Amino acid sequence: MAEIRVMREDLRPPAPPPKRHFISIKDVTREDVERLLATARTFERSLEREVKKLPTLKGRLVINVFYESSTRTSSSFELAAKRLSADTMSIKSSGSSVDKGESLKDTAITLGAYDPDVIVIRHPQIGAPQLVARVTEAHVVNAGDGKHQHPTQALLDLYTMREAFGRLEGLHVAIVGDVLHSRVARSLIQALGLTGAQVTLVAPPALLPRGIEAMGCETTIDIGAIAAADVVYVLRMQRERMQEAANYVPSLREYAARWGVTPERVRPGQKVMHPGPMNRGVEIDPRVADHADALIETQVRAGLVTRMAVLYDLLTSGPVGVKTESVLEVA
Amino acid sequence: MLFAGPAAKENLVVRGARVVDPVGGVDAVLDVRVDDGVIAALGTELDTNSHRVLEGEGLVLAPAFVDPHVHLRTPGREDEETIASGTAAAAAGGYCAILAMPNTEPVVDSAATLGALIETARAEAESPVGFLAAITKEQRGTELTEMAELAEAGAAGFSDDGMPVASPGLMRRALQYGAVAGRRIALHCEETTLSREGQMHEGAVSAELGFTGYPSVAESLMVERDLALAAYERQPLHLLHLSAWESVQALRRARADGVSATAEVTPHHLCLTDEAVRSLDPNVKMNPPLRAASDRTALVEALKDGTITAIATDHAPHARHEKEVPFEAAPFGVTGLETAFAALYTQLVEPGIVPLGTLLERMSAGPAQAYGLDEPRIAVGKPANLVLLDLKASYRIAEESFRSRSVNSWLLDQTVKGAVRTTIAAGRVVFSA
Repeated sequence: MAEIRVMREDLRPPAPPPKRHFISIKDVTREDVERLLATARTFERSLEREVKKLPTLKGRLVINVFYESSTRTSSSFELAAKRLSADTMSIKSSGSSVDKGESLKDTAITLGAYDPDVIVIRHPQIGAPQLVARVTEAHVVNAGDGKHQHPTQALLDLYTMREAFGRLEGLHVAIVGDVLHSRVARSLIQALGLTGAQVTLVAPPALLPRGIEAMGCETTIDIGAIAAADVVYVLRMQRERMQEAANYVPSLREYAARWGVTPERVRPGQKVMHPGPMNRGVEIDPRVADHADALIETQVRAGLVTRMAVLYDLLTSGPVGVKTESVLEVA
Repeated sequence: MLFAGPAAKENLVVRGARVVDPVGGVDAVLDVRVDDGVIAALGTELDTNSHRVLEGEGLVLAPAFVDPHVHLRTPGREDEETIASGTAAAAAGGYCAILAMPNTEPVVDSAATLGALIETARAEAESPVGFLAAITKEQRGTELTEMAELAEAGAAGFSDDGMPVASPGLMRRALQYGAVAGRRIALHCEETTLSREGQMHEGAVSAELGFTGYPSVAESLMVERDLALAAYERQPLHLLHLSAWESVQALRRARADGVSATAEVTPHHLCLTDEAVRSLDPNVKMNPPLRAASDRTALVEALKDGTITAIATDHAPHARHEKEVPFEAAPFGVTGLETAFAALYTQLVEPGIVPLGTLLERMSAGPAQAYGLDEPRIAVGKPANLVLLDLKASYRIAEESFRSRSVNSWLLDQTVKGAVRTTIAAGRVVFSA
């Protein structure tokens, strides 16, 4: 068959000068990641001072819009902005006009009218940050969109690993658990791929998305495979997804027995990470979570400095990912 | 089975166009004279008889198109489309006949609802339109509609499009009773326990983007079931909007075994793959979803070799505000009546993948045969159902150009080649650019 040409190449009207956003790891380069990690490290040192506030983003406005519950991400974004002296405002879907049925587009336009420099958004639906980016002038940071992306989580995870190992290149990371529903996994696979790490996904068959190997990782249903990894990255078992007789696994009990990360399944010295919130006794044994080899608390601290780095980077110089629309290719 | 607003038949001569009638094997520069809405003569330098003359020089004159699958959203969602706007869009797309699906609010499942639609069409349809009625009451998949009465009242066929007939037992009864009604049964093949909550084709792209997958097997499993039932009952059926390689294989085998099955494919499944969903543009969200490159290749091959004999737009208008949301929140469906020929000409004919004659046949005679409608032909004695096409015209598809009430087209702002200049349906000019 003759070659089929690509349509929709010029689907969009001529784009205005690209605004810089941080929406997907797919949009950034290894250089972007290196720069952000280096910036985060600088901020970590600044936080060791007695007075932790920096004047860098004085007069800037950062709006956090959270359509899903969050502790770590929302608090760290708010604190990150405050540490950099930006003004902040936080909107939650409950108690806002969203309760009255306002569309995301209208909410975004409304908030855009305050001329925010950055809008940080978490939303249960894939593509919500792109929609906000289209209808406002703000830089948009994705704090999690559905099962798609959670790029600042990936960045803080890279930071944590690099601090622990001094390198990312060649590191072997086993990601264990509910990959299917995990935006954390998708961002992390891409981020580790960018930095030359090796990724193995370990999960029950129905929680391994078909075709995910194309992202450049290996997959297995054998929990024994985690033994070979430098880092065991445990995903949260999303109880809310396990309802309605979906039968991804027969029961959480069966899951915990077959895929739970227990002391017997990890080597001494093997680092263990978890994005939180944890279901102790399901995907992770409390003894593993509380062990000195667990980096879970380090991850939370890394969240603050990497999010400071993202805000700083967007509002100062370096080109963080710029694409709001992906280029379409038809093979 | 087709209905349109009142209009006088016309006297016309189309002069000097390249006349292409794939069924009749005609491809020559000819004049075509239409007397009182009927093709009266084909020849060179025909006397115009003081008829209105349409200059066809440099243009292609072909049998007008037939779209066996559109959604006119009437009754219930007249903000998205009406019979007037939908048939005007059809005329602009080169169509002399379209068939509207019954998944409206309320569902077209009674002679009364159908009768009201036919009455509206007779008053306001800009070009001929027929109506399918539902297979089951309220499309709930539990109770057959009164198919014989509906056929008598003017139903062009039967379909629960938008959802499958889930029960194999009821599907069998529908095929059996379809013989009494004497109309084709058209099936939306989807095993919903496999496609549940699916947003796009299940594969590498859905895995990366995080969308819940709608696997090919959700379609092909149902295709296989329905073909098996059709074989067992020795009844014909029509398969709506095939999207998967496995479905094409099943259809090919069944046809070779003598099953009387026809099938249709949409322009978007012939032109795009699931890679397009990376744009997160709700205008590439449809059911069935865009599939992998190998599926698309299989659909194109099936269209060429005649396994699939009909191109159907599955024109599905949606209100602007319902599509201006994140992908997952958007409804399934895209418009297509006004862009089908240009999209397919640009994508398949110009690059030399599909011959022009094949495309014209699959957009006209093929779909007409699937429902037992008269094939549009360019032959003496046939009603004038003609489309004048400018294959050289290159243009951008602009939102303002649509006659449809909705603009959820996957081709917005795309530059295409091939324009409809004039459409003649049932002997009268229904569109001229």
